[in-house]
Amino acid sequence: MTADSAGTDSDVEAAVRENHPALITYITAGDPSLEETKAYVEALDRGGSDLIELGLPFSEPIAEGPTIQAAINRALEAGTTPEGFFELVDDLETKAPLLVMTYYNMILQYGAGEAPRVSDSDAVSSRNKPDVRPFVERAAEAGLSGIIVPDLPAEEADPLREACDDNGLDLVFIIAPTTEGDRLETIMSQVSGFAYVQARLGTTGARENVSGATHDSLARLSAYDVPKAVGFGVSKGDHAAEIVEAGADGVIVGSALVDIIASSDDPREAVDELETKAAELKRGALRGSTGETAAGAEDAPEPEQP
Amino acid sequence: MSTGERERDENGSGRTGTFGDYGGQYVPEALMPALQELEDAYERYVVENEDGFMDEFRERMRDFGGRPTPLQRADRLSERYDREIYLKREDLVHGGAHKLNNALGQVLLAKYMGKERIIAETGAGQHGTATAMAAAHLDMPCEIYMGRTDVNRQRPNVYRMRMNGAEVNPVDAGSGTLKEAINETMRDWATTVERTHYVIGSVVGPHPFPKMVRDFQAVIGDEARSQILEKASRLPDSVIACAGGGSNTMGTFHAFVPDEESAEPRSADDSSGPNPQERVDLYAVEAGGSCLDIDEDAGLAPNSATLSTGTDGVLHGAMTKLLQSGDGQIVESHSVSAGLDYAGVGPELSHLVETGRVTPVSVDDEDALNGFHRLSRLEGIIPALESSHALGYLEEAHEDLGDLVIVTVSGRGDKDLETVLEETEKRDLEAAPAVEVFDG
Repeated sequence: MTADSAGTDSDVEAAVRENHPALITYITAGDPSLEETKAYVEALDRGGSDLIELGLPFSEPIAEGPTIQAAINRALEAGTTPEGFFELVDDLETKAPLLVMTYYNMILQYGAGEAPRVSDSDAVSSRNKPDVRPFVERAAEAGLSGIIVPDLPAEEADPLREACDDNGLDLVFIIAPTTEGDRLETIMSQVSGFAYVQARLGTTGARENVSGATHDSLARLSAYDVPKAVGFGVSKGDHAAEIVEAGADGVIVGSALVDIIASSDDPREAVDELETKAAELKRGALRGSTGETAAGAEDAPEPEQP
Repeated sequence: MSTGERERDENGSGRTGTFGDYGGQYVPEALMPALQELEDAYERYVVENEDGFMDEFRERMRDFGGRPTPLQRADRLSERYDREIYLKREDLVHGGAHKLNNALGQVLLAKYMGKERIIAETGAGQHGTATAMAAAHLDMPCEIYMGRTDVNRQRPNVYRMRMNGAEVNPVDAGSGTLKEAINETMRDWATTVERTHYVIGSVVGPHPFPKMVRDFQAVIGDEARSQILEKASRLPDSVIACAGGGSNTMGTFHAFVPDEESAEPRSADDSSGPNPQERVDLYAVEAGGSCLDIDEDAGLAPNSATLSTGTDGVLHGAMTKLLQSGDGQIVESHSVSAGLDYAGVGPELSHLVETGRVTPVSVDDEDALNGFHRLSRLEGIIPALESSHALGYLEEAHEDLGDLVIVTVSGRGDKDLETVLEETEKRDLEAAPAVEVFDG
C-alpha cells in the first residue's frame, strides 16, 4: 500500500524515512547458491542495511553492468528458480524489509508454465497467458515488501501497480538523468516506497566517484515529498556521504557488494566482509547527514574516468 | 506507405505502439525520453514526410541502394513445381540484402534528428554491413556489436563492416549470437542515449521500432504487389518469406495484409485490374533447426521457430512471442542461418499469427541447405541461408500454394558459403554438388 492510498507510510517508505539516511543494499539471489545468499542477506542486515533488494535472476539483464550480469549468470548456472527464490525469502528473518528486483518477463511468467496457483478455476492444461498476479501474490505471501523492475517504465506499469496495491506491496520506479518535465511529474505521482534515483546514464556498476548527474537529479526532485535514494555507481562510504549531503534520503549499493561475493574464496569470509562493508556505507551516509563529508573522508576521491 | 495502416493498428487498448496484445515499450527508464523523441521524429519525418524526408530516403534508395529490385519469374522453379513462381530479388539491393532499406532509413532519420553517433547489433552481419554502409554514405561514425560466435561464422561481413569504417565489437556473453549482441547494444544506448541512435535491425524492440522498421521495409511488398499486377495481371495466391526477427517478412507482407477474403478492391487502381484476387495467403518460414522442441534443462532450443512454438512474454523492449522456459528465462536458439538465430520475433508478426492472417511454418537446417543448393543450380542465384528456408518450404508445400507464388529472396548467400560447405559436408544432400569440387 502506498502512503497516498493508506494515509500511512508503507514498510518501505517507513524504512527509508525512519532510518534517515537509509542504506539500501542489493545482491543477486542464488549467487553462488541460495543457501549462501541467506547468510549474505543476514550479514547485510546486521551490517546496518535499512532495506535489502534481492535480485531474482533473468537471462537478459539489459540494465545491468558486467558485475551484476556475471552474478546473474552464476545464479542461473546454480539453478536458481523463482520458486527457489521465494522459498529463500520464506526462510529469511531480517529487520530490514526486503524487495525483489527483477525483469518484467520473470514476473509475467510466474505460474504460467504450470497449473495456476491462484484459486481462479479457469485453469488450462496448456501454458497460461502471462499474468502478473501470481507473482505478486506469492511475493506478498513470502513477506516481500516491494518490487523494482528495471525494464518496466511507468507507461506499461498499470497491471503490476494494481496487483501491488491489492497486495500491499510497493512498486518502486527508477528516475533516470534523462527523466524530466512531464515524465518526471507522471512518475513521481505514481511512486510508492521511494524514488530510485539513477546516479548516471548507463548500467549498474561500481564507480570511483559520484556523478554530477546525481546532484542535478536530486535538485529536480527536491519539490517532491517522496523519499529519494540514489543508486548506480555507489561503492564507498564517501560516496554515501556525498550523496546524502546532496539531499538524498538514502543510498543504494549493489555492484560493490556483488564484487565482494565474486572475489571471495570462502563464504564465511564474504559474510564478514559484507557486514563490514554495509557498516562502512551506513557510517558514510550518517556522516553525510551531519555535513562531515570531507572531514571524515575514508578514501580520497579519484579523478573521473574518461 | 500505404493508407489505412492507422486503422489496422488501432486496437483500443489505449497504449501506444501495440498490435493487439503485442508490442509496447519495456525498456529502462533512461531510454524512455529517447523513444519519445524517436516516436516524434518517426511521426513527423516518416509518416508525414516533413522536410521531404521520405522523398530523400526514396531517392537515396534508388541511386545508392539500387531500387526497385526486380520481381523475376523463376523459369525452372516454375517448371519444377508446375505453377508460376516469382522471386522478389532483395539480394540485388546494394550490400546484398534487404537490410539496407531499414539501415539507410534509420541512419538518415538519425541525421535529421541531429544525432552524432550510430550503433547497431548484427547477427549474420547483413544488418551490420548495411548500417556500416549507410553510415559511411551519410558520414556518421558507427559501432556494431556482434556475438563472438557470429563473428567467427560470418567473417566476410565483419571485413565489410570494417572496410566501411565501422568498429566491430565482439560480444562474448552467452552463446555469442544475436540475442547477446542486442543486450550489449542496449547497454551502450542506455549510456550514450543523448547523442546516439540505435539502429535496431528488425521489426523488434520497443515502439516505434517495429512500425518504423516495417515502414522502411514495406517497399519490398509495395514493389512486389505492383510488379505482379503488371506481370501477371493478378495478385498472387501465396507469398512466402523467411522469418527471424521478421523485417523481411513484414516488409514483404505489409502490402498484402489487407488482401483478405471478401475484401473490396483496395483502390481504384486495383479495380482496374482484370482479376482482383480474393485473398493472398502469407507464409512466414522460420528456422526449424534440428528439432522443434525446447530442452528446458539445457536452456536450449535447437531451432528459432518462435512464431510456431513460442509463448508470450517480454524481451528486448516488446511483448511478443518468445522461446523461453516455463520460468521465463530466454533460451538459446539455433539455426544453421545466423540471420534467423533469434529467440524473439517482431510483435506485429506475433499479432498477425495470433489473428490467423499469417501462417507460421518451419523448415529444418537440412531442407534449408537443399533449398540453397537448388536455387543456386536451377536459377543461378545463390541465396542467403535465411532465404533458403523460404525456398525449402516452397519445395515441401508447393502443391498447396496455388497457381501463382511469390518468394522473397531476402539476400544473397556469399556470406554463407563457408557455413554451407561445412554443413553440406556433414550431410548427404540431394541437391548439393560433390564436396571434392571445392578442393581445387
